[in-house]
Amino acid sequence: MTATDTMAGAPAPATATAPLLEVRDLHVEFHTRDGVARAVNGVNYSVNAGETLAVLGESGSGKSVTAQAIMGILDMPPGRIPQGEILFQGQDMLKMSAEARRKIRGRKIAMIFQDALSSLNPVLSVGYQLGEMFRVHQGLSRKAAKARSIELMDRVRIPGARARVNDYPHQFSGGMRQRIMIAMALALEPDLIIADEPTTALDVTVQAQVMDLLAELQRESTMGLILITHDLGVVADVADKIAVMYAGRIVENAPVHEIYRQPAHPYTKGLLQSIPRVDRKGQELYAIKGLPPNLLHVPAGCAFNPRCPMAQDVCRTDVPPLHTVGAGRGSACHFWKETLGD
Amino acid sequence: MTDTVKGAAPAGEPILQVRNLVKHFPLTRGIVFQKQVGAVKAVDGISFDLHRGETLGIVGESGCGKSTVAKLLMNLERATSGEVFYKGEDITRLSGRALKAVRRNIQMVFQDPYTSLNPRMTVGDIIGEPFDIHPEVAPKGDRRKRVQELLDVVGLNPEYVNRYPHQFSGGQRQRIGIARGLALNPEIIICDEPVSALDVSVQAQVVNLMEKLQDEFGLSYIFIAHDLSIVRHISDRVGVMYLGRMAEIGTDAEIYEHPTHPYTQALLSAVPVPDPQAREQRAAGADSGAAAGRGRIILSGDVPSPADPPSGCRFRTRCWKAQDRCAQEQPLLAVPEVFRGSGTPAEHESACHFAEERATAEAA
Repeated sequence: MTATDTMAGAPAPATATAPLLEVRDLHVEFHTRDGVARAVNGVNYSVNAGETLAVLGESGSGKSVTAQAIMGILDMPPGRIPQGEILFQGQDMLKMSAEARRKIRGRKIAMIFQDALSSLNPVLSVGYQLGEMFRVHQGLSRKAAKARSIELMDRVRIPGARARVNDYPHQFSGGMRQRIMIAMALALEPDLIIADEPTTALDVTVQAQVMDLLAELQRESTMGLILITHDLGVVADVADKIAVMYAGRIVENAPVHEIYRQPAHPYTKGLLQSIPRVDRKGQELYAIKGLPPNLLHVPAGCAFNPRCPMAQDVCRTDVPPLHTVGAGRGSACHFWKETLGD
Repeated sequence: MTDTVKGAAPAGEPILQVRNLVKHFPLTRGIVFQKQVGAVKAVDGISFDLHRGETLGIVGESGCGKSTVAKLLMNLERATSGEVFYKGEDITRLSGRALKAVRRNIQMVFQDPYTSLNPRMTVGDIIGEPFDIHPEVAPKGDRRKRVQELLDVVGLNPEYVNRYPHQFSGGQRQRIGIARGLALNPEIIICDEPVSALDVSVQAQVVNLMEKLQDEFGLSYIFIAHDLSIVRHISDRVGVMYLGRMAEIGTDAEIYEHPTHPYTQALLSAVPVPDPQAREQRAAGADSGAAAGRGRIILSGDVPSPADPPSGCRFRTRCWKAQDRCAQEQPLLAVPEVFRGSGTPAEHESACHFAEERATAEAA
């Protein structure tokens, strides 16, 4: 194993400049009738230009809420950001005026949502919705906007774009709708795209088409990409680095190759072990015991401790800090050395 | 080691035999004077066997008809034509008491544990409801005890009988759905995407539970899913469906290691492998898509509409091997001639005129 350590897929060379986007100690909480749900609890991550960061986590891990906070589309109230910074090209977006943020949204940072059908307006043609980007942000005329929409649809490889520009969302298949979402995100050539489970609702063959398209579009520019997903396969396919989230915290971050070869957190390790493998057919699948925590009652200490095979007393009392495990690598586990070791 | 046991020919006699099963949903025009203008050919001539104690996986993209097959086997939809033999008896024509008796032995677990449980019923009522329909299975006085046993079998606390579905997580709800499926001691359970709505860390728990129950009760499963790696893990045999027809069927190793139908090959190649090194290998393999030896095959276009499927081979519109013959002649699901009697794993049923193993160079 170590002999073939060729570093074939070394992470993208670090740029000398500041990262494109940096999230620092972000907290997001929701005030509900039943109490305060701390959805995001001190998340740190960064993306450089041209880089793909995968944020991996289950439902309720805070991965989508973090993205919404970055986009500035969090519902507030009930949401609140009591603490933290979101630096985009060096500027803290949380301190900006609503007006300034709106200028960034769509133009500099765009988002692709999971469910294309419910994210598109059913009573407006896709050409109108795409053209809206140009009319609102660039003040183009209707005619010019439509021409740009057709160009965009061509770019995301929708066959017969000219004929289909006046079609409505329901006339497109799931994969084609997701392409329209991608086209909309690309419209103003943003520096950063956040894709929240972009292929979860799609079939594998269509997923392959869409991920392929995203990778190709990214190659053409220096766009940064934050890919939010729960699919370990998709991550391995496209990401440069990974942040694994659990109960509102990042439990592990690492360059993509290292995390698959040698996870440093028991949660990541459990997820990787539970993937069915050919050579273990007929045996029981490894399963992480228990359930993801309720955010209103996150266990004390390490949130993963009730499900963790390595949990000791210290895990039930002390929240583990993100230990540095290697270059660009961290694990929020008291026993990361042991986890790495075996 | 265990591989050889699982990979061996399925033991036991066929418990369910499906022959030329067809389901067409009529398309009508007009409101008062309805006129049939066509049909959605959701299932168009499917045949397979399910053996006792076996798991048959069915994979395919959305819209290929796999869920319709499940409903037909349950007799929730009436087949347009074709037969489903359960222990030698055609169940597609049954009704009334005879149908009820058969249904006791064929049960179903649904995809979405959030909508398939009645929110106003307690867990005890949900799991006990089958006993109202089939009182002979559990006499009235015994029911509560039986429900609690079932809860225990699926790994839930028997004291939860009086709780409501919303008090459970997705994984727990799916266990409730499984307990309901088990209530009547069925022989066959049809599982339509039983884990796809669950969190990744919970999927493995439910898959393990299903395997345990299979061993314990000698169940036969039809396991419908789109997650190919889970299907491979649980299935003894796998059938690949495309647009209402079976494209290829064989043991798990035959389908996953030696697919001969181009659609199966494309489908398998599209599955992202949870290993970043596969990415470099693939990039090194070839970029030319379909012609590639081991690279990913990116299918162009979408699945055609089942209301107007292509003539001949249904896959030909997206197939890189398609020739005139494919448009004229429908390929039958049979062992392709080239492989007949070869004794290799490629010798299994595949509905393609030009069936061949992909990437023979890879083996060299």
